Parts: sequence; C-alpha cells; structure tokens
Amino acid sequence: MSDDIYREIILDHYRNPRNKGKLAEADVSVHDSNPLCGDEIDMHLKIESNTVQDVKFEGRGCAISQASASMLTEMVMGKDLEFIKGLKKEDILENIGLTNLGPARIKCALLSLKVLKVGMINYYANRDPVSAEKIKGESQIY
Amino acid sequence: MQKGLLDSHSIRDDFPILKRKIRGKNAFIYLDNAATTQKPLAVINSISDYYTNVNSNIHRAVYEVAEESTRAYERTREKVARFINAKHVEEIIFTRNTTESINLLSYSWGRKNIKKGDKILITELEHHSNIVPWQVLAKETGCRVCYLNVNDNGYLELDNFFQELEGGDVKLISISHMSNVLGTIVPLRNIIEAAHERRIPVIVDGAQSVPHMRVDVQDLDCDFLAFSAHKMLGPTGVGVLYGKRELLESMDPFMGGGDMIKEVFKDYTRYNDIPYKFEAGTPNIADVIGFGVAIDYLENIGMEAIRQHEIDLTSYALESLASVPQLKVYGPTAARDRGGVISFNIGDIHPHDLATIMNDHGIAIRSGHHCAQVLMQRLSVSATSRASFYIYNTKDEIDKLINVLNEARRIFRI
Repeated sequence: MSDDIYREIILDHYRNPRNKGKLAEADVSVHDSNPLCGDEIDMHLKIESNTVQDVKFEGRGCAISQASASMLTEMVMGKDLEFIKGLKKEDILENIGLTNLGPARIKCALLSLKVLKVGMINYYANRDPVSAEKIKGESQIY
Repeated sequence: MQKGLLDSHSIRDDFPILKRKIRGKNAFIYLDNAATTQKPLAVINSISDYYTNVNSNIHRAVYEVAEESTRAYERTREKVARFINAKHVEEIIFTRNTTESINLLSYSWGRKNIKKGDKILITELEHHSNIVPWQVLAKETGCRVCYLNVNDNGYLELDNFFQELEGGDVKLISISHMSNVLGTIVPLRNIIEAAHERRIPVIVDGAQSVPHMRVDVQDLDCDFLAFSAHKMLGPTGVGVLYGKRELLESMDPFMGGGDMIKEVFKDYTRYNDIPYKFEAGTPNIADVIGFGVAIDYLENIGMEAIRQHEIDLTSYALESLASVPQLKVYGPTAARDRGGVISFNIGDIHPHDLATIMNDHGIAIRSGHHCAQVLMQRLSVSATSRASFYIYNTKDEIDKLINVLNEARRIFRI
C-alpha cells in the first residue's frame, strides 16, 4: 500500500535529492527516459583508478524514480567499478526498500540503474570492449 | 429523474466489469474513459454471438451464413452514417482506430495534394496521432507543420488562426474537436467556414468528441472526421474515417490487397469503389458488428442526455476539486466549454505517484503526458493526472476521488 511506498526516506530523497546537479569534466554522462511515464535521469560520473570519484544526477519525474536515483548515487560514491558492474535490480529495490512494486512502477525505481549501467557500457566501450559487451549482456534489468 | 438526464446507476448494471473489486475489496472506480471506455454486456455478447453463429468472411461468398455476416457488417456502416449524419453510407470507411484514419489521410490525401513549402495547420492541443503523421508527410514532401497556439486558459488563440490563413500557404487543417487533456471543445464551425472560404479542407479528430456529444458532419461541414469505436463502448480494433464522397473518390488507396479491387491484371489493377477501395484485406468483422451494438446502446440513451450528464459531472468535479488545497486544474473552467476530461496536478506529488495511491483505493485515473507532449510543453509540465467520465460515472465516485486526493496529501505531507 502507498503508505509503505511513500515512507519518510523516499519523500526525503525526493524533496532533498543528494548529489543532484551537473559534474564538470565528467568521464561518463548518460541520459535516459521512461517513455511510459516521462521520468528522466542523467547520470554523470568522474572515474579515477577504476573508482567513482564523484557522481551526480539530474532528473525529473515521480518520487520513486527520483528518490531511487538519489539513493543510487550515495550507494556508488567512492566505490570500485566492479561494484557497479555487479549491481543487480534486486540490490536497488532492497536499497530503497521497495520490493513489492508492480510492473509499471518498477521501471521508475530501476531507471537510474539502467542509466548507470549504460554509463558503464559507454565507459568501457573504448577502453575494454570485452568488458563492455559483458556488462551489456548482464544488464537486462527490465 | 430530471428530463433529459440519464440514470447512471441503472446503466452501471449493463457493465459487468464495474462489479469487479480491486485488491479484493475496493469497488472499481473507472475514470480513464478518455483512454478507452468499458463495454456493455450487449456489445460483449454480440461478439461472442458472431463467432458462435455467423462467422464467415464477408462480401464475396454466396452461402447463407456469409450473407448474414456481410449484412451485419454493412449494417454497422449504415448505423455509423446515421450516427454522424453522413449524406452517403459509402462515406464511412472502417479502419483500426483514429490513428490509422489520420495516417490514411496523410498517406492518400496528403501525398497527392501537399507539396514542398505548403503548410499544414494543426494545434498545440493535438494528440500525437494528429501530429506525427503530418511530421512524416513533412519529411517526405518538404511541407511545414504549423501550430495554432493555446492560451493559458486552454482555449485556442483564434486571432492567430486568421493570421495564418491570410498567408495563403495553408493547404490543410487537421484539428482536434475536443482536447484529450484539457477537454477544451474547439469552435469548429468558425474554423471550417473560414477554411472553406479559402478552399482549404479540414480534418477533424473526433476521437474525444464523437463518443460524448452529437457530432453532425453535414452541420459542421468538415471534410473528414476520424474516431474510434473503443472510446464509445465499442470493441478495440475498429476506427472510422468519414470523408466527403468526392474527396474520397479522388484519393488513391492506402493499402493494396483483397477487397479493394475490381479487377487485377498482371500489370495493373482497377480499384474498387469507395468505401471498399480503402478497406483492403479481411476487416475486423466481429468487432465492427459489436460497434454497431454500441451505437444502438448510445442512441438508446441519446447523445444529448449523455452530454448533459457529463456537463453535470464535470461541473460537480470542478467545484469539488477547487476545494482541495494545492490543486491546480488545467483548461477551461466552464463545463459547457469542455468535455468530461479534467487534468490536474496537486502540490509536488507527481501524477504517477498519485495514480499509485488512487489505485490502492480502486480508482483508475490516468497519469503522464497523455500522448500530448506538445501541449505538456505549452503548459510547462512534464505530466498531469487526468480523470475522465462517461455515462456510468456518478457523483459518488467523484466524492471518492476527492477523498483520496486528500489522502494523498496526508501521505505526501502537503
């Protein structure tokens, strides 16, 4: 029920998003939207020595998509890229505490992960095409 | 009951789906009628009856069952012609939906009559189905798609329209009769009259108007009218294209194949007469027949009573919504100027979140851009919530909508 979805922490991240904005000299910037809802997310990453030095997101949309993106930036900040490569949709849903979403709303929750995975694919595309293909194959998050 | 009013409570008995529960306990409150309407039992049964007793392909077979099938299919064409007061039955073409009807025009009329530099005039109110087909044509021919503006109250800027006409480049006007987002009813008569003075044909997208009010094509004098069966109690997969006979006759076919031919030779084909020229292949026979039953149902209630019912519901809803703090309604404030379609936003609650909360209480509303992103851009919003009404909706349901709006305010702490 809605009271379980729209808990304080979701509303807090929706109204006070963390790591929101642009990133000067980002190594990766990716945009995607959910045509069903019109949710939009941009992810910007600064990567050094295979580690996320900084991450920011821009976006607009529903509380679930925006809170999920905000919480995802906190989740990956300072982490090794292997960590991002290994992230699964269950990790995200658990992290935001929404494991009961229906098929329409689950896309809202997972849009930021999708954008992040595309970011990883783009990042590796020139540096390590084999890894890029591998992430692509493993990133069927919808 | 007052004269001319319909009895939505007894009408509800004819719609089996309205008896179902959501999440096991909540009554199903269906407020997404601008997307599609529910179907009365008579329509549902007619489709099952067709497949049980009459199934056979139409138009050429000579056995009894096929003659019945052909007759039933063609009877719907006659009903549609009467329903919109077309002069001739053959002016009614069955398509899959409004979208296909408009694409047919873009392809068959547009390709023949539109050339580089010409202007096609549409409006900021349009559904994507009356935007994208013209963009496709523009890409092909080099014509331009121009927009009549909508003002802050959701009405068309008609001064802008007359200026556009003065330019002399406008070769076609394609315009929605009723906005699927704001409910705005467009003053078509003035527009069509002015267009015809300059010999510009006018296509009317009647997807939202034909199901909800009396639309008379001879009175409007529109050149084409497109609408869908499923938004007026009929099945999905059936659309209508009305066109003035001489215009349809002058057009080339949309698709080639069976049924649209008179004679086929190795190197050429003589096309069939209208309407068959535009109905290639086996059509959606069962659903066309079901659509005929839907029209009977609507005629039985009366389109004037339906319109009055929706004006009453819309006035009531607009008044009730005005009492909800932080709620903004888009579009005309006078119920007479709009259909039973109300778009709104409340505080910083995103429409998708609101729709999720509504669903918890069995209420189906729409959220998003409603296939009208140009209008969303004009309104400077990314999405709205939308409640839209039909014959079976009641004031009690609007009261429940208001209660849940206040519940959403509690959940979002606004």
